[in-house]
Amino acid sequence: MSQALRDLFADLPYLLGGHLLLSLSAVLIGVLISVPFGALATRHDRLRGPLLTVAGLIQTIPGLALLALMVPLLGGTIGFLPAFLALTLYSVLPMVRNTVTGIMDVDPAVTEAARGMGMTSRQTLLGVELPLAAPVIIAGIRTATVWVVGMATLATPVGAPSLGQYIFLGLQTRNWTAVIFGCVFSAILAVVLDQLIRALEISATTRNKRMGILTLSALALVAIGGIAPFVAERFGERPTGGARAGDLDASGAPVGLSSARTVSIGSKGFTEQYILSAYLESELRAEGADVSARPNMGSTILFDALRSDTVDVCVDYTGTIWATLMKRAEPIGRSEMLIEVAHYLKKEHGVICVGPLGFENAYALAMRKDRAAELGIRSIADLARHAEGLTIGGDPEVFGRSEWKRVRAAYGLQAARTRGMDSTFMYDAVRDGQVDVITAYSTDGRIAAYDLLVLKDPKQAFPPYDAILLVAPGASKLPGLLDALRPLVNRISNTAMREANRLVDLEGKAPAVAADSLRAKR
Amino acid sequence: MLDLSHVRKSYDGGLTHAVKDVSFAAEPGELIVLLGGSGCGKTTTLKMINRLVEPSGGTITIDGQDILGLDPVALRRTIGYVIQGAGLFPHMTIAENVAVVPKLLGWEPARIRPRVDTLLDLVGLEPGDFAGRLPRELSGGQVQRVGVARALAAEPAIMLLDEPFGALDPVTRDSIQSEFIRIQSEVKFAAVLVTHDMTEALLMATRIVVIRDGLVAQIGTPEELLNHPADDYIETLISTPRRQAERLDALLPGGGA
Ligand SMILES: Nc1ncnc2c1ncn2[C@@H]1O[C@H](COP(=O)(O)OP(=O)(O)OP(=O)(O)O)[C@@H](O)[C@H]1O
Ligand SMILES: [Mg+2]
Repeated sequence: MSQALRDLFADLPYLLGGHLLLSLSAVLIGVLISVPFGALATRHDRLRGPLLTVAGLIQTIPGLALLALMVPLLGGTIGFLPAFLALTLYSVLPMVRNTVTGIMDVDPAVTEAARGMGMTSRQTLLGVELPLAAPVIIAGIRTATVWVVGMATLATPVGAPSLGQYIFLGLQTRNWTAVIFGCVFSAILAVVLDQLIRALEISATTRNKRMGILTLSALALVAIGGIAPFVAERFGERPTGGARAGDLDASGAPVGLSSARTVSIGSKGFTEQYILSAYLESELRAEGADVSARPNMGSTILFDALRSDTVDVCVDYTGTIWATLMKRAEPIGRSEMLIEVAHYLKKEHGVICVGPLGFENAYALAMRKDRAAELGIRSIADLARHAEGLTIGGDPEVFGRSEWKRVRAAYGLQAARTRGMDSTFMYDAVRDGQVDVITAYSTDGRIAAYDLLVLKDPKQAFPPYDAILLVAPGASKLPGLLDALRPLVNRISNTAMREANRLVDLEGKAPAVAADSLRAKR
Repeated sequence: MLDLSHVRKSYDGGLTHAVKDVSFAAEPGELIVLLGGSGCGKTTTLKMINRLVEPSGGTITIDGQDILGLDPVALRRTIGYVIQGAGLFPHMTIAENVAVVPKLLGWEPARIRPRVDTLLDLVGLEPGDFAGRLPRELSGGQVQRVGVARALAAEPAIMLLDEPFGALDPVTRDSIQSEFIRIQSEVKFAAVLVTHDMTEALLMATRIVVIRDGLVAQIGTPEELLNHPADDYIETLISTPRRQAERLDALLPGGGA
């Protein structure tokens, strides 16, 4: 087995366990909601229509959107809870629908016989209708299970560990093996659960007790065996932490952080953030801290998590906070912005800005050098003359931000068409001529590798984007944490960051390897 | 003991009536047959007795008590009901089907088990062979026997039977009919049986209630109907079995002109 594959397998018990816990609890609670409500709806015509409509409406919300919406609805909570609620809601439709049709399709002669013998409505439901509707209801549970296992891969951006981590990380770092790895295991999980439920149904209809007990044991084994490593890693004693603290004691270094609680590092879903997360992880581990990573979070979700102490440490960018949180649009110098942002974060959110990491990851418009020469374009101002008929590709997030609106207005780019795509694809898209210009990140290794020209911004319409190290209000009181982080300020140059990004994006190295290159350069 | 007086039923709030005016009485040991064409209101009349259908007017009493004053669920547990097409519970074994009402009445399992065996014996099904089977593993005639056994389970004082012996071959049908009459002579419940088969009515009934368009066209013993049909419609109804009987008579040795 190759090292890359071995790395993927190393995370499997934890991610598969998280995935299983999430899916099973969502389906289980989904059943407890759907079957009683579905049954009730067969008794009350006025409930039936609205119930099926609402369940159907939930289904029309795209899965990712439903997951993302749960975060603000829960006041910024990330992780298991929002993912669990979204998946539970999602599982309701097939189960409610099948419960209703299953019960309504029971032969009326049979329900009338039940009534005629003196069964109450409740006895008829429990003793006759539900058992007879069971095959249809179970078919609904199976559908829901397969859906939920698939959708649980989307739980990664809201911070719930699942097999989706392989898919999101693979997509961002162009590691297609990881993407396929995640898909394969999620598919295997769906098929296994589906078949176990089916076996349970068959043993019930054929009244085969032995098969029923066997299937139940298998299901319990899968559930417990699958979830155990996850729970152990999440909540249990961490043998690695203890060993590391011992090492440090032996070397005589101050133990400091090791006695404190686990420090969680949050990061957004793109290459640079994976690398920085790995970088912070190894730095804090070296200081004896227990560390856990919460990767792949959406930009605003990450900040909400930090503010509410769900995440302890993360890296954000001054321009992002300036535009999306402070809602400021005016241009300002790099150091002034840094000061104002730090002040704002402390005052409004209690978030501590430890300081800049040293590099800037700015938005910049970039295009192919040969194309630029052909059209005589060197700055964004030149671009404006060709705006009509130009297509600008970029992360969908960019086009919604105030910086973009300012750039567009400042240079008169309104006529250009924008095309949202995942940032991992935009560099290839501009290289292959599928779009003319992209909203590149200035630290991306592909700018040089693909021979792209970064267009000049004479009006300084894009704000500065210094990477800054942030600590949550609660974590800032952890003894030793701020001291452990301070040495990291101003230690990563633009070139070092670009090189680290290149290692992952172009050479297919793991983020941890690129993080080591950052440490080596310090 | 069972008494229907000017009972009527409208399903559409009084515009039309499925049952317009039906009165009859049944005493223990009697078998009243409701006879009439399709859609004349037989099933509706029957279901009003166990309140699966609420009457729009008239009164039904059992032992002098108006059934509208009784709890419908409790009432139904005291009335045996054999539904059109048997209506067995497909997910329950034959024994479980027969045990439904005793269980609802809270009988001890130790009392239910021998009762089920007795009933299966009574309707001619070997308990050792049939008790554990599911309804789909039975023939049509066997299913209908189980329907009767299930209705008899809690020793009801009244039995309602809605075309219980339809769709059976003549031999089976004849044997169940005679068995039923034998059972009733032992247990002495009052029975109301719906059919549109005049031969069945004539052979089984203590009295026949002929219903037409929701109204009672004639009430009488089989002899009264055969000898004094109230009108041409009833004349036609009884003409078929009468003709068949005469023809058979002619074929039999020693009979005929
Ligand atoms: N639940 C109902 N709602 C409305 N109309 C009904 C309902 N049940 C029966 N009817 C109507 O009432 C009339 C009498 O029906 P009923 O079932 O009593 O007939 P029946 O004599 O038992 O006929 P069959 O021999 O075909 O079983 C029919 O016209 C039927 O369409
Ligand atoms: Mg009928």
